[in-house]
Formats: sequence, structure tokens, C-alpha cells
Amino acid sequence: MAAANQDTIIPLSLLPNDSWGEIVAVEIMGPVKRRLLDLGLVPGTKIQFAFSSPLGDPRAYRVRGTLLALRANEAQSIMVRRSEQ
Amino acid sequence: MNNLKHPIVALSGNPNTGKSTVFNALTGLNQHTGNWPGKTVTLAAGTFAWQNTTFTVVDLPGTYSLFANSPDEEVARDFILFELPDVTVVVVDATCLERNLNLVLQVLEITPKTVVCVNLMDEAQRQGLVVDTDKLATELGVPAIPCVARSGKGLAALKKAIFNVATGRIATSPRPIRYDPNIEIALAVLTKELSPLAPLLSPRWLALRLLEQDESILQHFLPEDKTSTSSLVMQHPSTTKKVAPWFS
Amino acid sequence: MVQLNSSQTAALQQARQLAANLPAPSHDQVVCSIFDTAQTIAEQSVKKMPTSKINWQERLDHVLTSPILGFPVMMVLLVIVFWLTLEGANYPSELLSTLFNLGEGALSALFIRLKAPLWLHGLIVLGIYRTTAWVVAVMLPPMAIFFPLFTLLEDLGYLPRVAFNLDRLFQWAGAHGKQALTMCMGFGCNAAGVIACRIIESPRERLVAILTNTFVPCNGRFPTLITLSAIFLGGTLYSSNSGLSASLAVLVLVIIGIGTTFAISWLLNRTLLKGVPSAFILELPPYRPPQVIRVLIRSVFDRTIHVLIRAVVWAVPAGALTWILANIHLGSGATVLSTAANSLNGFAQWLGLDGYILLAFFLGLPANEIVLPIVVMGYLAGNALLWPDTLSELQQLLVAHGWTAKTALLVMLFSLLHFPCSTTLWTIKKETGSTLWTAVAFLLPLMIACTVLFILNILLPSL
Repeated sequence: MAAANQDTIIPLSLLPNDSWGEIVAVEIMGPVKRRLLDLGLVPGTKIQFAFSSPLGDPRAYRVRGTLLALRANEAQSIMVRRSEQ
Repeated sequence: MNNLKHPIVALSGNPNTGKSTVFNALTGLNQHTGNWPGKTVTLAAGTFAWQNTTFTVVDLPGTYSLFANSPDEEVARDFILFELPDVTVVVVDATCLERNLNLVLQVLEITPKTVVCVNLMDEAQRQGLVVDTDKLATELGVPAIPCVARSGKGLAALKKAIFNVATGRIATSPRPIRYDPNIEIALAVLTKELSPLAPLLSPRWLALRLLEQDESILQHFLPEDKTSTSSLVMQHPSTTKKVAPWFS
Repeated sequence: MVQLNSSQTAALQQARQLAANLPAPSHDQVVCSIFDTAQTIAEQSVKKMPTSKINWQERLDHVLTSPILGFPVMMVLLVIVFWLTLEGANYPSELLSTLFNLGEGALSALFIRLKAPLWLHGLIVLGIYRTTAWVVAVMLPPMAIFFPLFTLLEDLGYLPRVAFNLDRLFQWAGAHGKQALTMCMGFGCNAAGVIACRIIESPRERLVAILTNTFVPCNGRFPTLITLSAIFLGGTLYSSNSGLSASLAVLVLVIIGIGTTFAISWLLNRTLLKGVPSAFILELPPYRPPQVIRVLIRSVFDRTIHVLIRAVVWAVPAGALTWILANIHLGSGATVLSTAANSLNGFAQWLGLDGYILLAFFLGLPANEIVLPIVVMGYLAGNALLWPDTLSELQQLLVAHGWTAKTALLVMLFSLLHFPCSTTLWTIKKETGSTLWTAVAFLLPLMIACTVLFILNILLPSL
């Protein structure tokens, strides 16, 4: 089960609470993508779903030692592979 | 070129790194806001003295990068590029060094005369992070000064490092970022071509922008070049901000 | 512009042509290389030691953004900030008012000694001085309390969490979560709120935030709301729980204002300002103990003084104008003020107001604080000597001029919904660079206010 999960690529918005993923691709174009890149969301980056806001969206993610809030709309376009730590 | 009688220090950094605390701690009450020649930008500036030299510190907008994605980033980038500060200080948060180094490395591509101020060392310690600033300085090739700006810790060392870099007492040699081999080959060709611009601008930095087809920078050099006017309006948030097309 | 010599220009042109023929790397590739380097350096120079300490940051976030506690904590903090502002401002406001009265006496004495003409004394002392003094006394203390409190929350790192908590609601309205922060700022001063809209990057969403900022009542309008609800909606004036019910009435008005903000944002998003919603990408910085001294200095100098100066700059001409209008007599013997009020009366009646009230809102354009004094000045026919000093005197005066609880409610709603003050409009003009959007910022709330009052005036029975 865990092994199967390791190779599955899912959108960041589906990452379960507290679990980590590794960014595979950022499938957005334009200024939003550039902003995400500036904040360090490049392929290979480890990212964790930390907690969500009271109404469920947006959610806060831990990435490169910082907390970043993203709406589901953006998180849907960030593809991650489930990973450890 | 600025002569050393009135050296200028540009202060950059990510948002939330305590950059303004560093600015206040460095300059105290010697602050004013001023317009910079040829631009409609208002930036806070202040002064401090070290070894009989009065330094003017200019507080640049807090940015995550210098790719000119926003007016703030463009202001910060253009100041470092065209006002030719004698020293650029990058304030970084010791608790998330990795993300902050992105900006440091981008600054280092533009200017070697850089000092890194590693702020919030106390908070890093509380989180169990041991930041080896000597190692960091060696890796980056520029001075890295540990600071706790709130309590004034490390500020004397920071001023001293600024002085030493400004006067050339410390020779800095930034570690270049290695890109993919195919990019490096193209860069080598372009850098050679651009070498006549050397003292004015880093040929490698300019070569990268040309290679990325980011031509917005060219209008600063080639008056007839209007291929990209999107970034012509360059204003700091503390001045009137005209944002096309909604407001035109 | 950087001056290049001819060989440098030639080199640049040459390199440009060369670059066009080389394979272009993607921006991703460039950024990836930078972050790879950053990661390598960070790994080499930072060591993570295991700590047994409790992670307060995480704990705090789990409380302050929790589905159960997130909103209540926000509400409680909002109420505390209001309460501290209003209660704390009472005494200094009275003190300032007393000081200004003394100053007025001295100034009048000086005018008499210099044998200055009566009109000059009226214009300078009764017009300009009184209005300006009123504005400063009513506005300065609450602002000097509100802005530091606000900056304190900002410094703590709490405000980004407010935007985070509320973003879902703003998303529904097609707006941006950071609008919550500009609204908080608007409680202090709408002009400051409009300036704060700079934090919203998308021009469309910034404009939505700018145009709707006026629906949160600022410090300039709170005194009007509080005074009127204390007199007319607080039950019997002298009963013990009148303070509580008056506070509740103000709270309900604030909620109506916030509701209007969402509704109008939603509407703008589907009409004038249609467009694709931008992204919400916000760093949530760690909580940090605030630097109290710096907060005080920064909020007093950067915000309070700034806003106050602008208000005073507008109060001076407004005071002069009102006095002139109230003292120039037309052929029939009536003053310009009463003539204007009479001509507005027909329309005002449709809204459940009277001509003086409506005129006062227009004359009070420079600063909302002076609306109520202008109404009083109008009722007293320019004879400012019989100024009501207590709430009950004010109540008697208003009731004598036909006010009921319904009138008070409608005036409060009009104050909440009507156009922004001139300082705010001026700021909107500066921020948007557009006369058209400034006109929208004036007309849109006015239309809403008139529509709401017109409907309520028909529906509500006389109270």
C-alpha cells in the first residue's frame, strides 16, 4: 500500500494532512507560476500540507522552512509525488 | 561612479526577515525619504558613520527575487543595477536560510560587492538550528554576519564588513551558480561578447537575461529600443501606482 | 538610462543577435539551478539539532486557524480593539475638547482686543477654529489608540492569518483574502484602508477592495453612530443597560457594513470588474513578539499624524465654507444654508431624512466627524452659542426638529453606506490615477445608500 503510494503522482490539493510530497511539476503559466518559482516551488522541492483554514480553503503548506498559503485552485496545478519526511 | 566620500549601501531582503529592523538599527533616527534621480521612486534612506566615513543606506522594497515580476522587484533590481551602490546588504532570515539564499544568489550574480546579514540568529537557535556563518561566507564568497537586529547584536560587525567591502579591504569572490551544461556553453559565448560592459554590468548576468529572451532590461541601454515597454512604469508602492489597464 | 559608449553598444547588439540564435533555457531551469545551489549551501552551513521544546508556532496556528476557534478568536480580538479604542478615547477626547474651548476663549479675546471685524472673528474662530478643533478632538484619540493596536497585531504576525482565515469568503465574492486586512485598516481610516490596498497585487481585486472600503465605518463615523444609537436606540436614555444596547446597535451596523462589502464585491465582480480571479499566494510569517516602542513610533508617525494632517487640511476650508453659508443672507432674509437645506428637503423626505441632514452629509464631505455638528449648526440657524453640551440636550434639539428612532436609524445607515470622505476620494484618485474610478467610488455608495433608505423609509413603520 505504502509502496504503491510512493510512485503515485497527485495534485498538491489531494495531499493528506501532515504528509509530505515532492514537487514534480508546476502546471500553471504566467505570473502566478513565476511567483511560485520565486518562493522555491521548483521541481524536486519537498512540501508538506501543514493545516487548512477554518473553511477548508486555502491551505498552508510547509516548504523550504516557511509556511505558504495557497488556494486549492493553485494547489490543483502543482503535481507532487508522495514522499517521506 | 560613487566616490568613497559618500558611499551608498543598498539594503535588500525577503519580506518578513526583519529588514526594516536592521535598517532602523543601522541608521537610528537619521532617516529621510528621498526621490532617486530620474525615477519616480520614493525610498527611505538613512545614514550611519564608521571610521569617519558616512554611509547612506537605502531601504529597498522587500522582495523574494529580482526577476522583476512585480514593480517592487523591478525597483530593487534597478537600484542595484543602475545606482551602482558601493555595497549591497542582503538581510536573510536564519530560520529559513534556503529560501532566502535564492535572493542572495541573484544579487551576487549582479554585484560581487555584497554583504549578507544573517538576521534572527536568536530565533534560529530557539528552533535548534545552528547556522555556521563562517561556512556560509566561504560558500558564498562574501562576508556573512550573524545578527540579532532587535537587540543590536552583530551590528558593529555588519558596519565593519560594509566598510571593508566598500573600501576594497575585503575582496569578495562570489561563487557562481552552475547552470545546465548547455546553458553554460551559451553563456560562455555571450559573456565573452559582452565583456566590454564589464565594469558597468556583470556580463554573465546580462548574458543570462539575453539568453532567457528577457529584453525588458535593454531599454535602459538602448534608447531606440522600445520592443518591450511593459516594465517602463516603475514605481514604488509608496508613490502613486499606475497599473494598466484597469486604471487607465 | 545607462550611457554606453559605441563599442559597448555594438557588443550588446552583437550579443543580442547571438542570443536569439541560441537555444533559450526555460525560466524554470534557471530558477531550479539557483535553488539547487541555495539548497546545497544551506545544507552545508545549517545543522538541525533535535529540540525537546514545544513548537509554539504550530500550536498557535492550530488554535488561531482552527475550524472551531479561528473565527471566534478573530471576533473577540476585533471587539477588544474596538472597546479599547472607544473607551480609551473618551477621556482624552474630553480633555482635548476642554483645551480647545479654552483656546477659543483666548482667541476670541485676542480678536476683540485687536478690534477685528465681527465677520472675521466668525469666519476664523466660529468657522475654521471650531470645526478643526472638533475634528482633532474627536478623531485624534481613537486613532492614536487604534493604529498602534492594529500595528501591534501586524507586528505579531497575526494579520496574515486573518487574510488566510477569511479568504474563502472573499473568494466567493471574487475578491482577495488580503481585502480583510484593508478592511481592518478602514476601521481606523478609510483613506489608510485605500492605501493599504497596495498589498493586493491583482489590479482588478485591488480596485474591488478600494471601491468597497468605505462600507466599513472609520473612526470619523463611529462617534456619529455611537451618539445616535445612545440617544435613540439605547432604549431609555437613563436606563442601566442603554450602553449595552447602544453597543449592540453599533455592532449590528458594523456587520451590515461588512455584509454590504461582500455583496458589492460580488456584484462588482460580475459587472464592472469582471475577470479571472488571481491567485492567493501568501507567506504566513512566524509569530514574533512585537517591538512595542517601534510599533508606537511607527504607527504614530506613519499613520496617525499622517491621517490627522490630511483631515485638518480639509477641515479648515470646510469650516470656513459652512460658516459662510450659514451667515450669508439672501434677499429674503434666509441664509444660504437654510435655502439650500429647504431645496434639498423634498428629496430628503423621500429618504426619511430632512434637508439639513442631507446637506450636512455633503458639507461633511471633507471629514465625516463634522456631519452631526453641521446638522446642529443648521437647526440652530447659525446661532452656535446655544450649542447642546449633553446628550439629552442634543436629543431634545433633534426631537424638536422631528427626529424619531426611525430617523436616527436611517441617518446611521446613510452614514455607513454613503460616499467616502474627500480625503479618501483624493487618496483613491492618487492610488488609481483615474478620475472615472474616483467618480464610481463616490456615486456607487451614494446610489446604494439612497436605495436602501428609500426602501426602508417605505417599509418601516414610524417608530
